[in-house]
Amino acid sequence: MVARLRSLMAVKWLTVYAVSYMLFLYLPVILLPLFAFNDATVVAFPLSGFTTKWFDVLWTTEALHGAVRNSAIVAISTAVLSTIFGACAARAGARYRFPFKSGIIGFIMLPLVLPEIIVAVALLVMLVQLGMSLSLWTVIAGHVLICTPFSIAILSSAFAGLDQSLEEASFDLGESKWGTFRRVTLPLVMPGVISSLLITFTISLDEFIIAFFLTGTDVTLPVYIWSQLRFPTKLPSVMALGTILLTLSILLLILAEWFRRRSARRQGRDAAAAGGFV
Amino acid sequence: MIRRLTKEDRQGLTLISPTLFYTLLMLAAPLVLVVTFSFWTQNYLDIDKTLTIANYHEAWTKPIYQVLISRSLRISLLVTLVTVLTAFPIAYYISFHVKQRKALWLFLITVPFWTSYLLRVFLWKVILGFNGVLNSVLMQVGLIDEPLTFILYNANAVVLTLAHAWAPFAILPIFVALEKIDRSLLEAAEDLGDGAFRRFRRITLPLAMPGIIAATLIVFIPTVGDFITPKLVGGTDGLMIANMIQIQFGKANNAPLGAALAISSMFIVALISLGIYLIGNRFGGKVK
Amino acid sequence: MGEEMQKDIIALTDLSKFFGSYHALRGINATIREGEFFSLLGPSGCGKTTLLRMIAGFETPTSGGIAIDGKPMEGISANQRPTNMVFQSYAIFPHLNVAENVGYGLVTRKVPKAEIATEVSRALAMVDLAGYADRAAHELSGGQRQRVALARALVMRPKVVLLDEPLSALDKKLRDQMQVELRELQQSLGITFILVTHDQEEALIMSDRIAVMFEGEIAQLASPEDLYRRPASKRVASFIGVMNFLEARIKAVKGDIIRLNIPALGDIEISRSGLAPELDLDRVRSVGVRPEMLTIAFDDAETFEQTVEGEIAGTSYYGDMTYYSVQLQGQADPVTISMRNTAGRSIAKPGSKVRIGWGAESLVLFDSD
Repeated sequence: MVARLRSLMAVKWLTVYAVSYMLFLYLPVILLPLFAFNDATVVAFPLSGFTTKWFDVLWTTEALHGAVRNSAIVAISTAVLSTIFGACAARAGARYRFPFKSGIIGFIMLPLVLPEIIVAVALLVMLVQLGMSLSLWTVIAGHVLICTPFSIAILSSAFAGLDQSLEEASFDLGESKWGTFRRVTLPLVMPGVISSLLITFTISLDEFIIAFFLTGTDVTLPVYIWSQLRFPTKLPSVMALGTILLTLSILLLILAEWFRRRSARRQGRDAAAAGGFV
Repeated sequence: MIRRLTKEDRQGLTLISPTLFYTLLMLAAPLVLVVTFSFWTQNYLDIDKTLTIANYHEAWTKPIYQVLISRSLRISLLVTLVTVLTAFPIAYYISFHVKQRKALWLFLITVPFWTSYLLRVFLWKVILGFNGVLNSVLMQVGLIDEPLTFILYNANAVVLTLAHAWAPFAILPIFVALEKIDRSLLEAAEDLGDGAFRRFRRITLPLAMPGIIAATLIVFIPTVGDFITPKLVGGTDGLMIANMIQIQFGKANNAPLGAALAISSMFIVALISLGIYLIGNRFGGKVK
Repeated sequence: MGEEMQKDIIALTDLSKFFGSYHALRGINATIREGEFFSLLGPSGCGKTTLLRMIAGFETPTSGGIAIDGKPMEGISANQRPTNMVFQSYAIFPHLNVAENVGYGLVTRKVPKAEIATEVSRALAMVDLAGYADRAAHELSGGQRQRVALARALVMRPKVVLLDEPLSALDKKLRDQMQVELRELQQSLGITFILVTHDQEEALIMSDRIAVMFEGEIAQLASPEDLYRRPASKRVASFIGVMNFLEARIKAVKGDIIRLNIPALGDIEISRSGLAPELDLDRVRSVGVRPEMLTIAFDDAETFEQTVEGEIAGTSYYGDMTYYSVQLQGQADPVTISMRNTAGRSIAKPGSKVRIGWGAESLVLFDSD
């Protein structure tokens, strides 16, 4: 009886801890919209009324629009390229055995654990040595490098869940290799592909260090935000911008998770058991 | 290892080759170049390609670099310790006590991570600042009379902010390791007479070790290289080696020294990581 | 029909396959006749699945050739062969419904839509799945998946249907039922079926002919009855059912008559005809006899061609049958004898002495190994 009571108490304390930890995780995130709608030029408490004027400011800031356009170009290109690279590697890893397989895949996944500043500095040194000028393309090159491992992580489970005999069955029923890819493989991994596109898009959109080192005169959104952080008067509108970005990220994430679950379901697997990135 | 490639070998290698070549071109080649660079010297815009270890000599002997490197390691190790220790109960709670909504909990844990990193760090500055959220709340409640100053612009702030930023990266691997534990093992331990605490120490903890090691490395390695957090909330006492590397590549215009600093810190980080890995393996890490 | 049955549909010539240094198939030679139910039977790793996948076109022989309906298959890929396969996992496309699964190959052939619909419903009716056309793949039970896979292959009107352990995922009751259904369907369609299985009972029930495979070689190719009654080797004999092996010695061969000495049973003369022609008489060292070919004489009045004394060492009761383990003079291991249980007869107790009846016809001669 005493032991039962003690273990109940332990679970209770653990629950209290878990909830407080979540509050800690969400503390900065909750402040973001608070200050974005706060009618004051200083980002501090106490709050002084509701306003949407900081969002209005965003519509008239030309430099911001340029940064948004640049970030969109970078994030979309990164999403497409890293998903293509990720699909090749994930498919090779799931379907074939070949020499040095784990070494090669480990090497491709390396950017996941390297400090980003190392990746950024190394790319910068090489690009400068090659005499290339920094542009959005150099940022894309760096982002593709760090996003490909994420894409592989997502697509690996999609390709691994694909029973090889399905493709053989299609082939056996007279379909060509391309036809099999189009009618069987692609529909089954499509949700994974979309999920990968969304996640890599989100990572690229938010990435600062590599963009900071490799960006030229066209800055991306995080680099623009960094430049604004120095000016206290710009802060409320940065908060508004952050709120928009946060909402966008969460929507994309929910969408990505939804597609991932659909992929698992299509392959006839339990979505929860299939695990997942998010 | 020399043998003829089979058809399957060739198909697999062909398929992975675009990704592999991209990584070779964009990661391996630049890294090799950085290593080479670190043996050169730079005077404004002229690069002297005579091989020399002068940069390394400077990086390892000048007090400022010694201080920055040791501080970076100290802060990163502290961040890692705090993050992993605080993350474990959460991972444990979700794995063992959340029954239906595990996926939702995991999702909620990752959401803050997708807010702009810059803004998250900046918001900690707002929270911890002199007129910040924390101080105003504490003064309102009456716990303190004047604002606390020891919480911003120092190493503590850096630790807190980084522990927050890397929380999901610590929780997820530990959670995965805990999920893999066959629950009947715990029942077996109990059946053999272990109490809750002994059972945790003898079964749960050793089996969770691979996840704990992964979490430790995943947090430790990148935090050594962070430079936004120290710059925004660290003050002068909280600056880390990455800030110096950035300065060498930027304002100071001494890329070879920056490269030598980067290589040196990567080398030390690799050594410590290997140490963590080996020590972790001794404590029940034999489980795959 | 009888004449057509003799036409060969598949010819396998000196087929050999290496996976790296592993020799999976070692010179397979066989012909499969049109319209027959042919089984490849063997333990796992014997090469039967490799052989089936080679006929389908998923594996390339290292050497040797396959001809289907007289045409060499070299260089012809799986999607162009007149064979269709029922996969072990059934490989039902999870994103398509039943009708789309069954019609998959017809879409590839660019058959008009209306015609696909009629063909699909005809095929579904054939496998007793009429009315399931709109079911989603994940709503099907194991048995239904198996039927969909079969319909999907049959709708292509292949010359040969290949079945890779199609019943192994089903529970025993359903498996027994499907064995009969599959056999009946094959007979009514007259299409050649090639079945891969490790279940000897399944092969005996369903097949016209069976190729027993060990370690990449065909050990024996025969009808179920021949395989059971005249196994070519001790190994085949023990793989197909149970067989007692007794030490034996050839005393003389006189024309068609062989005189044998079997220490456990005594001397006996048997006719050479009916024995496997390749049997090397110099190497014959043992004879085999099935448990049901020995009879325990519970009734003293019963007469037999030959009799021998023995002592019951143990019994296993199976309901309809009892298996006795009987110790004979001059034989180290006890022999197994199966007896049908009849009304009013109790099971003999261990230790009791019994008279055992047997006949020369039931003996099978084996090489020493």
